[in-house]
Amino acid sequence: MSSLAQSAAQSVVQSVDWVAIAPPTIAAVVGLLVLVADLFVDDSKKVLLGWVSVTGLAASTLALLPLLDGDRSTFCLTGDANVCSYTADRFALVIQFLVLGGALLAALLSMTALKDAKRELPEGEFWFLLLSSAAGAALLPASRDLATLIVALEVASLPAFALVGIRHGDKRSSEAALKFFLSSVTATAVSLMGISFVYASTGTLYLTEIADSIRQVDGQFHTLAQAGVVLTLIGFAFKTAAVPFHFWVPDTYVGAPLPVAAYLSVVGKAVGFSGLILVTVVALPSYADVWGPALAVLAALTMTIGNVGALRQQSTRAYSAVRLLAWSSVGQAGYLLVPIAAAAYSDDAQKAIGSTVAYALMYAAVNLGAFAVAALVARTQPLNRVSDYRGLYAASPVTALLLGFFLLCLAGLPPGIIGLFAKVTVFSAAVDAGLGWLAVVMAVNVVIALFYYLQWTALLFRAPEREPEKHRVPAPLTAAIALTGVLGIALSGAPQLVLRFSDAGLF
Amino acid sequence: MIDINESVMQFLLAFVVVGPLLGAVAALLPAPPGLKGKSPEQAVLRHGVTVTGAVLIAVIVLAVGFDHDHPSKMQASTDISWIPALGVRIHLGIDGISLPLLVLTALLTFLCALYSYFKQQHQRLAPGAAGPSPKAFVSLLLLLESGTLATFAVLDLLLFFLAFEMVLIPMYFLIARWGGEQRTRAAWKFILYTLLGSVVMLLGLLLIGIKAGTFDMVALATDNGRSLTTSVQVIAALAVGIGLAVKTPMWPLHSWLPDAHTAAPTVGSVLLAGVLLKMGTYGFVRILLPVTPEGLTTFAPYLAAFAVVGIIYGSLACLALARRGAKGDLKRLIAYSSVGHMGFVLLGIATMTPTGVNGALFANIAHGLITGLLFFLVGALKDRTGTTDLDTLAQETGAALYGKAPRLGGLLAFGAVASLGLPGLAGFWGEMLALFGAFRPADDLNRPAFLTFMAIAAFGTLLTAAYLLVVVRRVCMGAVPQESPKLTDVQTYEFAAWTPLVALTVLAGLWPAALLGLTDPAVQQLLAGGTR
Repeated sequence: MSSLAQSAAQSVVQSVDWVAIAPPTIAAVVGLLVLVADLFVDDSKKVLLGWVSVTGLAASTLALLPLLDGDRSTFCLTGDANVCSYTADRFALVIQFLVLGGALLAALLSMTALKDAKRELPEGEFWFLLLSSAAGAALLPASRDLATLIVALEVASLPAFALVGIRHGDKRSSEAALKFFLSSVTATAVSLMGISFVYASTGTLYLTEIADSIRQVDGQFHTLAQAGVVLTLIGFAFKTAAVPFHFWVPDTYVGAPLPVAAYLSVVGKAVGFSGLILVTVVALPSYADVWGPALAVLAALTMTIGNVGALRQQSTRAYSAVRLLAWSSVGQAGYLLVPIAAAAYSDDAQKAIGSTVAYALMYAAVNLGAFAVAALVARTQPLNRVSDYRGLYAASPVTALLLGFFLLCLAGLPPGIIGLFAKVTVFSAAVDAGLGWLAVVMAVNVVIALFYYLQWTALLFRAPEREPEKHRVPAPLTAAIALTGVLGIALSGAPQLVLRFSDAGLF
Repeated sequence: MIDINESVMQFLLAFVVVGPLLGAVAALLPAPPGLKGKSPEQAVLRHGVTVTGAVLIAVIVLAVGFDHDHPSKMQASTDISWIPALGVRIHLGIDGISLPLLVLTALLTFLCALYSYFKQQHQRLAPGAAGPSPKAFVSLLLLLESGTLATFAVLDLLLFFLAFEMVLIPMYFLIARWGGEQRTRAAWKFILYTLLGSVVMLLGLLLIGIKAGTFDMVALATDNGRSLTTSVQVIAALAVGIGLAVKTPMWPLHSWLPDAHTAAPTVGSVLLAGVLLKMGTYGFVRILLPVTPEGLTTFAPYLAAFAVVGIIYGSLACLALARRGAKGDLKRLIAYSSVGHMGFVLLGIATMTPTGVNGALFANIAHGLITGLLFFLVGALKDRTGTTDLDTLAQETGAALYGKAPRLGGLLAFGAVASLGLPGLAGFWGEMLALFGAFRPADDLNRPAFLTFMAIAAFGTLLTAAYLLVVVRRVCMGAVPQESPKLTDVQTYEFAAWTPLVALTVLAGLWPAALLGLTDPAVQQLLAGGTR
């Protein structure tokens, strides 16, 4: 009798592989801890919360290490062990590393920003929101069913709205948050509708099962399934800030505290494109003829509009540095989409996806580096105009050289070798898939982008307008700049470290 | 000549590429104690001379140790895997085609560093000679040297692209920071043109690499285009050709060059004309000729036609600039003359015959020596008179350089005469051979068309002679006014920087076999496909 009950229980109760889900879980648990601890910690000791959060993020990044030896899955169907909701395969691990590492760097930037804000930002809430958003973003690449995917997307997004609007009484901040919230919610709603269409035509939410059953959709449901595919993509395209869902980006980045903008530019994008990859390549490979051309056109539009937008920024306008980085991140999102579009045409979709992942890793390191330097400059020049960077070399040579390096990496020109080779992999994915026109559009965009990146770089080395003042750089900010700088330079010496993902299968 | 251990040769070649890079980083650091010199400026410029000098010595040792009996064989080659994901290998090596270019690059860069060092020493005595920091200058110069040397030493398509791009940023800053009037615009024009060309080139290189399955230039050359279909070859040759043609520059893609030269500082002009332009023509010979022979055959007549138009266009532009009252700038004039000279190089390549290609390579080196010298001389003239405007210089009667500064005038006349291709000097042989090549182009090319090109190009040499003689008359000759101040004649340090160029110009003119003996076997092999 008891043994019967046991086996019945076994068939209903799942065993959970805690090691596999450790990375997002640690982030979430530390977030909750910080929120509770905030109630009991003195105002003078609030800085401890920051260090706890940074440690938590570092711990969840380290929790990826034991997972390296092989694929693990958990939350599987009791009937079929091959169909799981959570899979920690190479793809998931790489994106989790990117997301958690990005969040860690953003947290380092936030430490200084919170300190400089002198208690105007609620610290406990800030850290809680950042950590829960990071947990959601880390959950997303590992989720393998549409429901988990949407839940993860929302867990990553909802705290982000609050983070953007966290500056109490700041009109710009609240307006940015509202803009971000309204457009994001619309996109999610559309996405949910798409998922319901896909569910209606296939009868399952598991990605691998969708891939199988959507092939045999009844002829009458064909249109429904197609509409479902397109609508589902919209939600993720929004997160990636692909055109025409990019309007929120510049205002949101300017309105948000700088570290949050840095976080959104890297982690937010990672959420978007990893969701896109999962939906397109894993769940809907048979609909490549629908999403392939759509993504290719989206990529071309996104990079062109993003780069032209960045080109039009006037360097003397207030917040033009962040605005320029915002527009350039839209342009970069276009490059990220190119290999995903190429996956539709290529025989080896995994290789193409690897190019996106490699590019994203490069982009994350150098873009966060650029934001870190921007955060440093913003401490003395709160308006953060591009023209404020004039003569930075005279004031602090190392910072200026590093910013120049980061910008040239983004532009893809030596000495930013890793930027150059990351672009080469994206180009080669496009050429390999026969998307010659897209490669040419991208080539033109690289030239446009060079113009504004190099203009900014050249400004760093001009003679300063006034005597440079020396400032002590806070330790967390130094750590963030140094970390990204070392990463960028190490990758330039050994590009294979990230480019190997473009060579091997990730799933 | 002298037998040097292969691993020493390998090390030297690697040093030649990496050394300047390390030197560029070191230039930015504060000088170590004991090497501080009289001032930080002096110390860092001396550092530049030391590093470029060491590189020059290494290159000379390489040239001495080079097996001159087998110039078609890749020597001192290193082949290490770097980025397996992309199939990029650090594959270095030199043969008879790249060795002369390496020597030229190392020599010109060293002379530029030397010239800058002594010029600073000289100007330090004169008050008000404050420019942007020489620290950055030396660092950029070394970065530039590393990029150009790497271009000629690498044997991997993607590495070639990397080296090709590496020169853009330093050159941009050299023009934009140390240049003359309109420097910002000129620097932008330079970098945007070249970058647009080189990203298109990247697409072509990727197409070749993906379709042929390797980026290795030696393997691709051995394959001689057999694993590429004709349509792939045509597309790749077009894409790569555009990138290289912008750099060369080929008419009508040349319009960045006159602006860049006019605005660039003396050292920038010397390196731009002497070395950077060669990267384009080297790419034609090293990549397009052996890897996509069918593609190049398709475009050879057009290439030759554009080259010939470039020759005529460059000469006519120079004639117009040299006219009295045209407000012609001497630097601009030499830049246009470069368009014409590079036209001969392209014509030689377009014939796809050993004669023509050898001529092209010879003209390449000759142009580097002679134009480098001319830019040095014009720079010196500008330092003395404060202008390069022909009308201001010559006024009514002529600048009378022979009278005011006889040595400078003599050297300028020598440079002009060498540039117009006087037999016995370096300029002659390359253009001669290029024309010979056009007389009997490769079998599958249209001979009547090439004969026409040859006739027009020969007419171009006459025009070249015409404008250079006009320049000599207006700048060097003329009556010396009684009360006019004497110009400083050539200084010792200037002699030191210019004599090697003069000597090599004469040597190459009198003993062309020294150079042709190196290039010819390598060219024969590239055209036939494969390396031994």
